[in-house]
Amino acid sequence: MTRKQKRLAIIGGGVSFIFAAVLLVMFAFSQAVAYFYVPGDLAKAHLAPGTRIRLGGLVEAGSVKRGDGMTVSFSVTDTLDRVPVTYTGILPDLFREGQGVVAEGAFVAGSAVFVADTVLAKHDETYMPKDVADRLKAQGVSLGGKENIQ
Amino acid sequence: MIIELGHYALVLALGVSILQAIMPVFGAARADRALMEIGTVAAKATFLLVALSFGVLTYAHVTSDFSVQNVWENSHSQIPLIYKFSGVWGNHEGSMLLWMLILTFFSALVAVFGDNLPDTLKANVLAVQAWIASAFSLFILLTSNPFNRLVDVPGEGRDLNPVLQDIGLAIHPPLLYLGYVGFSVCFSFAVAALIEGRIDAAWARWVRPWTLAAWTCLTAGIAMGSYWAYYELGWGGWWFWDPVENASFIPWLAGTALLHSALVMEKREALKIWTVLLAILTFSMSLLGTFLVRSGVLTSVHAFATDPTRGVFILVILILFIGGAFSLFAFRAAHLKAGGLFAPISREGALVLNNLILTTAAATVLTGTLYPLVLEALTGAKISVGAPFFNMTFGLLMLPLLLAVPFGPLLAWKRGDLLGAGQRLFAAVAIGLAAGCAIYYAQHGGPIMALAGLVLGAYMIAGSLTELFLRSGIGKVAGSVALRRLAGLPRSVFGTALAHIGLGVTLIGIVAVTAFETEHIVEMKPGMTTDAGGYTLRFDGLRDGKGPNYTEQSGHFTVMRAGVIVTEMWSSKRLYTARRMPTTEAGIKTFGSSQLYVSLGDGMADGGVVVRIWWKPMILCIWGGALVMMMGGAVSLSDRRLRIGAPSRAKKQKRPVLEPAQ
Repeated sequence: MTRKQKRLAIIGGGVSFIFAAVLLVMFAFSQAVAYFYVPGDLAKAHLAPGTRIRLGGLVEAGSVKRGDGMTVSFSVTDTLDRVPVTYTGILPDLFREGQGVVAEGAFVAGSAVFVADTVLAKHDETYMPKDVADRLKAQGVSLGGKENIQ
Repeated sequence: MIIELGHYALVLALGVSILQAIMPVFGAARADRALMEIGTVAAKATFLLVALSFGVLTYAHVTSDFSVQNVWENSHSQIPLIYKFSGVWGNHEGSMLLWMLILTFFSALVAVFGDNLPDTLKANVLAVQAWIASAFSLFILLTSNPFNRLVDVPGEGRDLNPVLQDIGLAIHPPLLYLGYVGFSVCFSFAVAALIEGRIDAAWARWVRPWTLAAWTCLTAGIAMGSYWAYYELGWGGWWFWDPVENASFIPWLAGTALLHSALVMEKREALKIWTVLLAILTFSMSLLGTFLVRSGVLTSVHAFATDPTRGVFILVILILFIGGAFSLFAFRAAHLKAGGLFAPISREGALVLNNLILTTAAATVLTGTLYPLVLEALTGAKISVGAPFFNMTFGLLMLPLLLAVPFGPLLAWKRGDLLGAGQRLFAAVAIGLAAGCAIYYAQHGGPIMALAGLVLGAYMIAGSLTELFLRSGIGKVAGSVALRRLAGLPRSVFGTALAHIGLGVTLIGIVAVTAFETEHIVEMKPGMTTDAGGYTLRFDGLRDGKGPNYTEQSGHFTVMRAGVIVTEMWSSKRLYTARRMPTTEAGIKTFGSSQLYVSLGDGMADGGVVVRIWWKPMILCIWGGALVMMMGGAVSLSDRRLRIGAPSRAKKQKRPVLEPAQ
């Protein structure tokens, strides 16, 4: 191969690999990301059943019910609207009524119940998932002065 | 008084850093030895001052001096001594001071061991290190001062975050920072070379040991962090693609690429411009990681504090350094002479492929990490980019690299023989197939992709050994000759083989645990049993306990195999009294390279308790592989040719590299 051909082969190979990577990333963004909603958004969101989303809000006081076995049901609320959620498994240590929570999962077709496969309530007693805090603040919900503690 | 001494030492360190940032550059430009020498002295002095300052903060933590705000917020008189120590960096301010300590430590190392460097290069490197040090000490002093005092001295501290009360905190951050910040030396070398406008193979030889050392520490830090998250969080996961994990993983990928491209530059004088760019890029990624973690723009376990002024300050530092370095690069790169030519299929070609894939993969991880931030800023939409995205993109992109790993060392420089290398790897492929199938059937089936993954891992291990076998001539010459040849191989050959073997071991661990892991969530009452991974666990009941600063409820489990009691396990839920914060302490038992992992959930009204039991087959391979990679790094670092006092430019020409014939 001549000098020029060598260079062309290397550059050509590199460019096509990067091009493939870009396509892959774009495809993955269309498939594998979850949008975040609070209960109030859902009415206008028109989600197709089975779409994976993250649902954030506060665990409504008095809504946590342990069913038979490992299934737990509770409601996520933004103080105006609420969404019933079921989850099977062990809830995180910091899951508590009245506290912020993010549930990841999907609505089952033809049902208003959100089936979560992941529930997040992170590592600080004053922790409020940032997404939840932002949205609740935008809706004028008082967070009980929790931010001041930090 | 002592506290103020620490504060004062830090201010003084800033002053000395500024001196070190300016004087040596002028010295190098005017060939003034005395001015250049200031850099060496100042680097040592800065390190000592920062160490003093760090020592004072440690003293405040150990003696529980709650008049210091930082101690009050992050410590407690009742916590065990080890957490008083590690609590020093278990918070934003202390963690930044540790960052500074390690940065100045590396500058001091360059000052002490850099005698073989040309004076001007050494002076410039030290100056660039001091630019970074000045910026960060200013950052600490202005926005994150750990020595702030409280007027009303509280009687008791607010306790260290319970999740951080673990031996992991003592080890993980220092190791991670040694890696993260270690790349600053590569950055400084690159910028210094650009300032001088001269760069050659000797430069690559000087940079390589620093890259190796940083890379080895970063590997250790990431692996340690992963294992810590695995056993401490009680979710049984070992990698979450959390933005903060990504922030340390991106520099690792870029650093790995740098390690390989510096090799090409050292041996063949090719890829000069690319290597310089990569050295800048790697530390830029470290800085970006620091920004992402420290500014609180990400919601994460690691965001100790979220103060916008800090974020803006680090962002300014980031823009100045990355922007400055790239401008200098754009201005100077054209003056650097391009190096040797090579055919696409050659050792250089393989290393270019390595760089291409690693940097593309790093860019992909970076995109996935930043995309939610950018999208939110632009459209307000909030999304989460999690494991599915990264598995799809990163996993697929890395595949060709893993396949190519054993080929690289077998190809000749300049013009390689792919077919020949393929033939020589035939045995490796066969061993890979056999070993992969054996593990697959031992684990009782699973998805067919798992088999492919295991074969790939075993093939990588066998392929890396092939290089050692071929070079020593095992099987072709008498055993004693082969052994002598093996012993005579340069250490870096062993380093390469070890690092690649480690990668294969990690891959096998990842594939095995992903494909064959079993998880049981059951409600258990005392006396009930559950089967997991060929073992039977009997729940014997709960017991209340008390630690120095927490109360706990522990579940006792008896582990049996075929009716015979093998061992017992405890798994507990703790409540840390100072912060009223519950944590899960998982019960973990190791069997060979596999583990049983038990987490306790909520108690039920009828006296039962929800228990989550995982069987994690071969999971220890993940970190074991990382350990082998680190050994590879350490062995390479001990290579005679790469000692920190690397040979000078003139010597290099005279001494041919002795290698046994193939």
